[in-house]
Amino acid sequence: MTATTELPAPFADARPRPIGPRRKRGVRAGGAITQVFMIVMVVLWLTPIVFALYVALRPEAETNKLGYVSLPHHLTLSNFANAWTQSQMWHFFLNSVYITVPAVVITLLLASAFAYVVSRLSFRFNIPLLILFTAGNLLPQQVIITPLYRLYLSIHLPTGLTGSGLLYNSILGLIVINTSFQLGFCVFVLSNYMKTIPTDMDEAAVVDGATLWTRYWRLTLPLCRPALAALATLLTTWIYNDFFWAITLISTGSKRPITSALANLQGQFVQNQNMIAAAALLAAIPTLIVYAVLQRQFIAGLALGSSKG
Amino acid sequence: MVATTPRSTVTPTATTKRRRRGRLRLLSRRDKFVVAAMLGIPLLLDAAFIWFPALASIGLSFTKWTGVGGVHLTSCANLPSVPGIPQAGCLYGVQNYKQAFTNYPPFWPAVQHNATWLLVFIVLATPLGMLFAVILDRGIRGSRIYQSILFLPVMLSLALIGIIWELIYSPNYGLINTIIGRNGNNNLIDWLGDPHLNLWALLVEATWRQAGYVMVLYLAGLKSVDPALREAATVDGASSWQTFWRVVFPAMRPINIVVLVVTVIESLRAFDLVYITTKGNIARGLELLSISVTQNIVGETQRIGFGSTLGVILLVISLVPISIFLYQAFRRENR
Repeated sequence: MTATTELPAPFADARPRPIGPRRKRGVRAGGAITQVFMIVMVVLWLTPIVFALYVALRPEAETNKLGYVSLPHHLTLSNFANAWTQSQMWHFFLNSVYITVPAVVITLLLASAFAYVVSRLSFRFNIPLLILFTAGNLLPQQVIITPLYRLYLSIHLPTGLTGSGLLYNSILGLIVINTSFQLGFCVFVLSNYMKTIPTDMDEAAVVDGATLWTRYWRLTLPLCRPALAALATLLTTWIYNDFFWAITLISTGSKRPITSALANLQGQFVQNQNMIAAAALLAAIPTLIVYAVLQRQFIAGLALGSSKG
Repeated sequence: MVATTPRSTVTPTATTKRRRRGRLRLLSRRDKFVVAAMLGIPLLLDAAFIWFPALASIGLSFTKWTGVGGVHLTSCANLPSVPGIPQAGCLYGVQNYKQAFTNYPPFWPAVQHNATWLLVFIVLATPLGMLFAVILDRGIRGSRIYQSILFLPVMLSLALIGIIWELIYSPNYGLINTIIGRNGNNNLIDWLGDPHLNLWALLVEATWRQAGYVMVLYLAGLKSVDPALREAATVDGASSWQTFWRVVFPAMRPINIVVLVVTVIESLRAFDLVYITTKGNIARGLELLSISVTQNIVGETQRIGFGSTLGVILLVISLVPISIFLYQAFRRENR
């Protein structure tokens, strides 16, 4: 494959370059205007979040009298406490964990296995298979939802496995669709990544009699750690934030993961916007932690996904 | 001696081909089993839960089916229908398409709104994200903090974004109406309820998120541009405006395509913000194709055929950006 000599380029380029003279030249008379522009933008960008936090920290009785844009008489955490206790948020949060963790692990496992085979062995169908997966991930979810919904209603499973006896309205069903839908993106990223890893070691291992599984699991996967970490971060955020699959494929409110449960909470606390804001912010805590700790991984994942587009 | 030239070009390909085939033959029986599983399980999932439904929606779009009693391969005209008992699925020809185009009130507003969504993403969100990326890539003071803040909305779920922006747009208490003094009961602006305003209000929310997404993609793109190109342009006396549009932007072609595809697909997928804002109903001013699709399966009466028809229309539109992306991504290997 001629591509092997070309492919490493995007990844090499993704490495941060030392700050060269080009960057210093950017600071000119326009620098002040740029700074003002960026500060205005950053303030605009922060406003909705800070405003939501401010509303969530104030008692409803007070904002009903004064509106949200007013000086506070009381700041309280009671909205957060009430949202937490009155809406079983812990329960919804656990649902999200039960969906997200298996889905991320299974997706990465299956995608890396598939990517390993198509990037290391030459079949005639390598490229068509990759195209199939990549295209599948780009489809709008609404294209497949109607038949998928009927499919989920027609797949019967042992009740011990799902509770509903169907793939529809089950946590397992959400794991399956999230996994299937994200496979395409991960296969695309991982197969590109694996192609940049030299095959010499692989070939040496063949000579030593290593099985294919050993070469994949012991040799290649450890080298893919940066890509796997970035993808895990992306997938966790995306699947945790998923709204559409949970709204359409789960009918029992109590089985919903937390992001889609927010839609129910909106109805439940319709008179108390302050508490809805508090609930929404509580639901965002895991993604905010990812944002604070793993932002670089997340961005690296997006860069990997686009570097060879 | 004459023959050596052609032979030397032929031999390497022959050996690589032999080696490739050899690699497959090297597989032991156990390895072959493992390969089958490594390919088969992901393929099965993708086929069963993505491509089968995608193809099935094409087939179902030519049927009329309430989800009761399977689909019969006979024309609906020939199938007896008893009043009070839902008719089983039957072949309906292109009636669903006809109905969508001529006799389904939300359809054309939905198309128009999806197009508006795309247009705003193209003329507002994408240039804004690109501008952020260009400024941040120059390494101005505070770049890292700016980037983190502008990126924050990308991490948040659209459901959360819809909820927190309701506070900004709230008619009586909200930030905007209070600031512009339209929060009295006689002069309220109902940003999310007024059919002339609500789409634009939601597009502000969507742009708030999309710009950060585009910014990150372009930051990666800008880093991949060879600095020598820029330096050469500067040496030749190009202004930084010219350098960007004539040199850097064309050099980022792969990223431009990714951004284009992301932009089109995201505007077709637009769903969550509207659903949260309208509590799952179809609201005037906020009709979208995606919302119409789901209306046909979550309501009291399922209209599987008609829902599939709307899905197929989405599919046909989305095949354009998908093909562009696939061509761009895979043409190198095909050569």
